[in-house]
Amino acid sequence: MKTFAYSRAESPEAAVAAGGRFIAGGTNLLDLMKLQIETPESLVDISRLDLAKIEEREDGGLTIGALVPNSDLAADPRVIAGYPVLSRALLAGASGQLRNKASTGGNLLQRTRCYYFYDKATACNKREPGTGCSAIGGVNRILAILGTSEHCIATHPSDMAVAMRALDATIVTLKSDGDRRRIAIGEFYRLPGDTPQIENVLEAGELITHVELPTPPKGEQLYRKVRDRASYAFALVSVAGIVSVEDGKIASAALAFGGLGPMPWRDPAVEAALIGQAPSDAAFAAAADALLKDAKGYGTNDFKIPLTRRTLIASLRELTGVSA
Amino acid sequence: MQFTINGETHDVEPDIRASLLDVLREHVGLTGTKKGCDHGQCGACTVLVNGRRINSCLTLAVMHQDDDILTIEGLGSADNLHPMQAAFVKHDGYQCGYCTPGQICSAVGMLDEVKKGWPSHVSDKLDSVSLSNDEISERMSGNLCRCSAYPNIVDAISEVSGLTPAQKEAADA
Ligand SMILES: Cc1cc2nc3c(=O)[nH]c(=O)nc-3n(C[C@H](O)[C@H](O)[C@H](O)COP(=O)(O)OP(=O)(O)OC[C@H]3O[C@@H](n4cnc5c(N)ncnc54)[C@H](O)[C@@H]3O)c2cc1C
Ligand code: SF4
Ligand code: FES
Ligand code: FES
Repeated sequence: MKTFAYSRAESPEAAVAAGGRFIAGGTNLLDLMKLQIETPESLVDISRLDLAKIEEREDGGLTIGALVPNSDLAADPRVIAGYPVLSRALLAGASGQLRNKASTGGNLLQRTRCYYFYDKATACNKREPGTGCSAIGGVNRILAILGTSEHCIATHPSDMAVAMRALDATIVTLKSDGDRRRIAIGEFYRLPGDTPQIENVLEAGELITHVELPTPPKGEQLYRKVRDRASYAFALVSVAGIVSVEDGKIASAALAFGGLGPMPWRDPAVEAALIGQAPSDAAFAAAADALLKDAKGYGTNDFKIPLTRRTLIASLRELTGVSA
Repeated sequence: MQFTINGETHDVEPDIRASLLDVLREHVGLTGTKKGCDHGQCGACTVLVNGRRINSCLTLAVMHQDDDILTIEGLGSADNLHPMQAAFVKHDGYQCGYCTPGQICSAVGMLDEVKKGWPSHVSDKLDSVSLSNDEISERMSGNLCRCSAYPNIVDAISEVSGLTPAQKEAADA
């Protein structure tokens, strides 16, 4: 690990003024610093900031402090009652020990698990812009089929962010000039294009202070995660789904996907294919067609295309009570 | 830097880069906590910080100067075993023993999480938790054992959790 200057921030304002790299739970940043994939010159410890509360808002939504640990968020009675998809997504991620440290803000910003990103002996545009992408033409079993570019096919590995995408969360920040921003999660992440090292719209030194959830949505909620072992593994494919059925027709649908793209993936065409339809395998297949219209396999991840189709159909059956 | 470990205060001067694990082992001489992967993947380094289980390899020591740190040495001693240690002995919950301190600290933290009503990935209902062998396996999945002593580890934890064999079967059914 490269050495660094360390300071502990006493307030969010002091944290952004310090002008260093924030460290919260450290479970992603330290992992990458040990491998010298991340080499910050100064670390600003934000772990003691007063941002670890979950609060109800007057409009019926929930405001989650950026330092709320993943385990506390998953177990919060208000989250369990109104946003079970979020509890389920969190509980499907990492391990008990890691969830105790992992923070809400850090989880959103965790970096890809692409093997080559982690292997400094190989070319990787995300790690070292301009060197090339070893995953294209290499081993890409865990990598993306949607939203890729010729420069990077990495996936965003978070489970939590997928549920937050389906829930239309808003990310609240404090910028180094003291301004606050509210960013819809749908506008927060960036496609790789030819700058895969830039993963979101945060500016240098911008601190996530909170995540806001709107009022609990109508309908059934589910998080289904498909992975190589039953626990403690990242998603190959995951679905966060929220669907309501009224008078025998799908009245509303929010579907977000993990393991498929460089960001928690959501496509309005998938939801449009469902709304107004009677729940049926035909309608579900049409939704899968819409989702996978532009999907592209890169060899060892080709299997994700049929896997995604089946996972989506199984999820929609469960959400609407249609049996196979 | 000053640390409170197993109720005692320690003054040490580690490198700013030192993980909590390295401070425990290299600076304080508490070598019960083990280093397996050093990347948060195996759980051998699990300790309790302010009562919560965490991976001591993936956290900077400097970030824990005001915390209450409990390691396997603080949990019990050879002639005064913690109930979880005694249960691991009774059920043969180990072979080489390398993962054991982490398993035991993790299990103690885990039972506390169950007491608080925290659900897990395998809980049918998120708002009413009952322990079973499946629950124990899921909740302990952050602790790997290369000797694969898993069945006996689950038995040991199950005993301490107060599950009777009949309750376990009912919960697993
Ligand atoms: C073995 C292992 C298995 C895992 N499995 C899963 C899994 O299955 N699913 C899953 O979703 N995740 C998984 N994770 C990842 C884990 O969820 C993340 O490491 C964790 O959520 C990161 O949170 P943190 O607080 O520790 O972030 P840190 O490591 O502290 O920070 C991560 C990044 O976010 C920045 N940052 C942190 N907080 C803020 C803030 N408030 N404002 C601005 N920037 C900030 C930091 O500067 C850094 O760049 C796994 C991790 C490990 C080690
Ligand atoms: S997919 Fe992205 S992260 Fe992986 S090697 Fe290519 S550029 Fe790097
Ligand atoms: S040594 Fe910490 S998890 Fe493996
Ligand atoms: S007893 Fe040998 S690793 Fe678990």
